[in-house]
Amino acid sequence: MSTLTPGKHVLPAGPTVKGKLSRDDIMMRAGMVIIALYLLVTLAFPLYTMLSKSFSTYRFELSQYEFQVSDETGAFGGAIIDGAALNLRSAAYGDSELNTGSDGRLGVTKLFPDFSFRSPVRYQVRNSVAGGRFLVGSTLNDSIDWLELDSNTFRRVQLRPVKSTGFDNFINYFSTPALFNSIKNSLWISVLSTLITVSIAFWFAYALNRSCMRYKGFFRLVAMAPLLVPSLLPGIALVYLFGNQGMLKELLFGASIYGPIGIVIGSVFFTFPHAFLIISTALAISDSRLYEAATSLRATRWRTFWTVTIPGARYGLISAAFVVFNLVITDFGLPKVIGGQFNVLAVDIYKQVIGQQNFEMGAVVSVVLVVPAIFAFAIDRLVQSKQVALLTSRSVPFQPQVDLKFDRIFLAFCSLIALFIIGILAVCQYAALIKFWPYDLSLSLNNYQFDKMDGGGWRSYFNSIRMALFTAVVGTSIVFFGAYLVEKSNGFRTGRAIFQMIAMLPMAIPGMVLGLAYIFFFNNPANPLNPIYGTMAILVMVSVTHFYTVSHLTAVTALKQMDREFESVSASLKQPTLKLFSRVTVPVCLPSVLDISIYLFVNAMTTVSAVVFLYSPKTTLASVAVLNMDDAGDIAPAAAMGMMIFYTNAAARILHLLASKGILRRTQAWRAR
Amino acid sequence: MRRITSVFTSLAAGALLATSVAAQTELTVYTAVEAEDLARYAETFNESNPDIKINWVRDSTGIITAKLLAERDNPQADVIWGLAATSLLLLKSEGMLEPYAPAGVEALDVKFVDADNPPAWVGMDAWVAAVCYNTIEAEKAGLTPPTSWQDLTDPQYAGQIIMPNPNSSGTGFLDVSSWLQMFGEEGGWDFMDGLHSNIARYTHSGSKPCKLAAAGEIPIGVSFAFRGAKSKAAGAPLEIIVPSEGVGWDMEATAIVAGTANLDAAKALVDFTVTKAANEMYNTGYAVVAYPGIAKPVEYFPEGLLEAMIDNDFEFAANNRAAILKEWQSRYDGKSEAK
Repeated sequence: MSTLTPGKHVLPAGPTVKGKLSRDDIMMRAGMVIIALYLLVTLAFPLYTMLSKSFSTYRFELSQYEFQVSDETGAFGGAIIDGAALNLRSAAYGDSELNTGSDGRLGVTKLFPDFSFRSPVRYQVRNSVAGGRFLVGSTLNDSIDWLELDSNTFRRVQLRPVKSTGFDNFINYFSTPALFNSIKNSLWISVLSTLITVSIAFWFAYALNRSCMRYKGFFRLVAMAPLLVPSLLPGIALVYLFGNQGMLKELLFGASIYGPIGIVIGSVFFTFPHAFLIISTALAISDSRLYEAATSLRATRWRTFWTVTIPGARYGLISAAFVVFNLVITDFGLPKVIGGQFNVLAVDIYKQVIGQQNFEMGAVVSVVLVVPAIFAFAIDRLVQSKQVALLTSRSVPFQPQVDLKFDRIFLAFCSLIALFIIGILAVCQYAALIKFWPYDLSLSLNNYQFDKMDGGGWRSYFNSIRMALFTAVVGTSIVFFGAYLVEKSNGFRTGRAIFQMIAMLPMAIPGMVLGLAYIFFFNNPANPLNPIYGTMAILVMVSVTHFYTVSHLTAVTALKQMDREFESVSASLKQPTLKLFSRVTVPVCLPSVLDISIYLFVNAMTTVSAVVFLYSPKTTLASVAVLNMDDAGDIAPAAAMGMMIFYTNAAARILHLLASKGILRRTQAWRAR
Repeated sequence: MRRITSVFTSLAAGALLATSVAAQTELTVYTAVEAEDLARYAETFNESNPDIKINWVRDSTGIITAKLLAERDNPQADVIWGLAATSLLLLKSEGMLEPYAPAGVEALDVKFVDADNPPAWVGMDAWVAAVCYNTIEAEKAGLTPPTSWQDLTDPQYAGQIIMPNPNSSGTGFLDVSSWLQMFGEEGGWDFMDGLHSNIARYTHSGSKPCKLAAAGEIPIGVSFAFRGAKSKAAGAPLEIIVPSEGVGWDMEATAIVAGTANLDAAKALVDFTVTKAANEMYNTGYAVVAYPGIAKPVEYFPEGLLEAMIDNDFEFAANNRAAILKEWQSRYDGKSEAK
């Protein structure tokens, strides 16, 4: 209204009217700022720290060392020369040879062409600047005092590099074929797994939504099972099925399961429910009038499929494809268990950090891994935003017709998939109960004596449950409250948009990258949050952040269903928004709140990648125990622990189902007329 | 009067109680010792030091080393008890270890004590490379048992050998460093070229090749003798072969982390780790311990293992580690799936 041009009116120009911030608005904004800060601290800052780590390089600064050589009698009289000048004279090291990693060491004898470890000549060496470092053997010298050594000891002198910044790590990475190869491997394995999973999931979802086959409920249940286990569990099952002592090894015709074959089969297993859920939602919505039109135009089944069914589900298909691609390329447990010599990016990070303690290179690989993941994610968001409502008020829901032949084919297909899923889980349970595969097939519970194995024993199992519960409670509160603030507060548009964007980010960040970023950020004494390093809190925090996006989207969707009138009414009744939130919004959205908490619980139980760098002796976790036991070669106990996670999650889901039924009856009574 | 005394005694008793409660120090101890041994180690230690509680952080050598290095600016560990000497040398060169000569260190074999005075670390026991050979699976595949490292390059073993990846396993690295020391730089890489063409795959941990051999997943696993002996005791059809050229080894060692807030308790623990009792405790799993003259033979341990241990140059291993791993990676890590 402020655009009214003054002067032409008789009325005098009044004061500019400005929306006044009520106490409520201020509180809502403060709440939003707090949650945005939370995301900043748990996501943006750690990632930034990691990014800067990838640019920190190490180089031998020869000019920072001074040397003096004695004569044959051991008297020092000659010139003091710095290392750079010596290198210039001897041409011992080329410029690129002076670039190194944090663990680099450089011998000095090459700088002295006449050096002989038997000569009576003595050497003096010192750091010419404070903070310089060199080793004699493995003893660190960082003072600027001269150190006199005989020639035999002098050959044990090793220079240490100095930290600086630059692109060298990236140049080094792309010029190492072994590392560079992983990009190619990761990409094609992800594309292949995506193609297979999406095709299978499509037909599975098609059968469940568009046919009249029997046992739909059962199939729907089975399809969800892989969500309840860590992604590395199928890897363990595949070892028992197709390893050199495998039960069905002949089916591979001599090919090895350790490598791309294993990774693809395992990936199809653990990404299947994700793809199925998305595609099933897309197929559930369909307008029967389109099919009637197709029939009356005498289109064949085949033609109708390509002109009606596929276009209707295309957004779901694309979305599913990118989700699966993202899951496969960022997964680390499965390729570690069954990848053999087939290197992929996620495992490279682990090898760089754990095997070689090369954190800088680990950070570089993380950055490389984030690129395709963010790319896939961005495309997915773009596609989602184009999705238009297929279901209009005039739509007639599609009712599948009984077609015995097709239904029977679908039933066979779905049974096959269900057999695959149940088979993988059954093999794990069977393996867990065998005494000593393959030489002693008697049954025993030996493999459940976790306290005798790596990984923290039974305590890690209970730790996992505690961690998952905390994650569910804390995460649901943060996520739901945050979503409410974004969805229902007034004004503050830019702030809300930024918040939405940050909330989308975790989906694109691989768990392992997040975990690594947390080490860099939180294990720094200068960080005021440092005390949470090594506690349960940091595990809960990383899990909440890692699984933030999906929970946030669920909450937003639920909140969108509630008219903003509620806020207006409550405002006109002079009721504080928080009261409305707790008395109306939460109860109405309770089904979604429960969905979010079970999602967080199940994922916190199964995640490996996000927590593998962060657990401490008091907070060992079951999922990490599976990884560690497998790593140590205790494959059967690893399977046993994996199945414990499965049963726990299954129980949690059943509990969730019962609870939501009970609560729904009470809180959603208003929906019934 | 009596009353006052009783008040005083109870006060004194209370104070005594309070100090004994306060003296319950907790030590965070990082270790790579096999999980099944940890509880026993802590129990034995607590018999003589009931007031110090050990909180174990146990993981493979590589992970523990990475953790320690990552936490360099803010160490979480008080003591390292049972980590490869090669790793401790790395930490020492970063200035992360607190030099301390534990009471009674003179009694140990000098080979097991850091040369500096006071020493930065003290050895406990040696763990020795060996080849685990599954007789049943080897017979099925028609293999003859190898007797030397060089035998393993024979084409008959193509695809029948698994060894740990030195980039992620301490055992893998000690193998590679021992080959380079025994066969020389050039000979060592030549040997590994030959071996590589027979390797089915490399694992991330050092015990896994032997457990895989025990499970018949592969006939030959390059691992360490202790693991082989344990699997054999568990009933696996294993033969533990000591290659004739000699075998690499590394020791598990102990050190105090510089900057620990519990220095006294840390010293008490390190004092314990060099005692005869502690060494007898190590002996249940390890045939070679730092305390001379007490080692008893370990069940299922191969004969001639001690004589086969090479004269290991730990400084060479630590200072060339980065260069060796880089070379190994460029030779074998990238092209291996091409087979």
